[in-house]
Amino acid sequence: MSIKVRYFASLKELVGHGEASCNVSAPLSARAVWQQLNPQQPMPNNVLAAINMDYAELDALVADGDELAFFPPVTGG
Amino acid sequence: MLIAVHEQAIDPWQILSAYQAEQQHLAGKVGATNIFVGSMRDFNQGDGVQSMYLEHYPGMTEKQLRAIVEQAGQQWSLLDSLVVHRVGEVRPDDVLVLVATWAVHRGDAYDANRFIMETLKSAAPFWKKETLAGGEQRWVEKNSDGYQA
Repeated sequence: MSIKVRYFASLKELVGHGEASCNVSAPLSARAVWQQLNPQQPMPNNVLAAINMDYAELDALVADGDELAFFPPVTGG
Repeated sequence: MLIAVHEQAIDPWQILSAYQAEQQHLAGKVGATNIFVGSMRDFNQGDGVQSMYLEHYPGMTEKQLRAIVEQAGQQWSLLDSLVVHRVGEVRPDDVLVLVATWAVHRGDAYDANRFIMETLKSAAPFWKKETLAGGEQRWVEKNSDGYQA
């Protein structure tokens, strides 16, 4: 199973890339995906997550084929 | 309804004029048009700012903007609405966002416009990176409260 992971803004700079893919054998929480992909990089406190372009809790499960995104608080307008 | 993200300069008056010209089915029905134009300042948090980069999440940004406008349409009686937001490199005085609401009465047009703008600020995936007057760069960490003086 594969999950597409995207990082935006300051988080893209923090992890050093904008996209990654995560191979999982069972559904994982968004937080667990971060930990699996970035074992040396603790997740900052105010991180937001989206699954398939909808806001999601960090404890929400991601499944095969999902697009998971991590980003800081938004500052548009 | 128009939801758009522009990489090029936004001319709000040209966009509104062209959009209204297409909305012939609203002729004679609109009693109130409320327009908000947000533009870039050359200062923020006590520092001079020479330019800014606006990043977004293509696909999710449009999806969230549409959801916000649809929510406004459920809460107020609107004839139509429009949101256009800039991304990419911007400089002071560039227009960052245009929100327009059309209604029969002004209360709906005013209130829905404010709701769209305030919700966009906290829910639409855009991020600003400023280049300060001295050349240093920093991410804007938080939007200011829209109700502060």
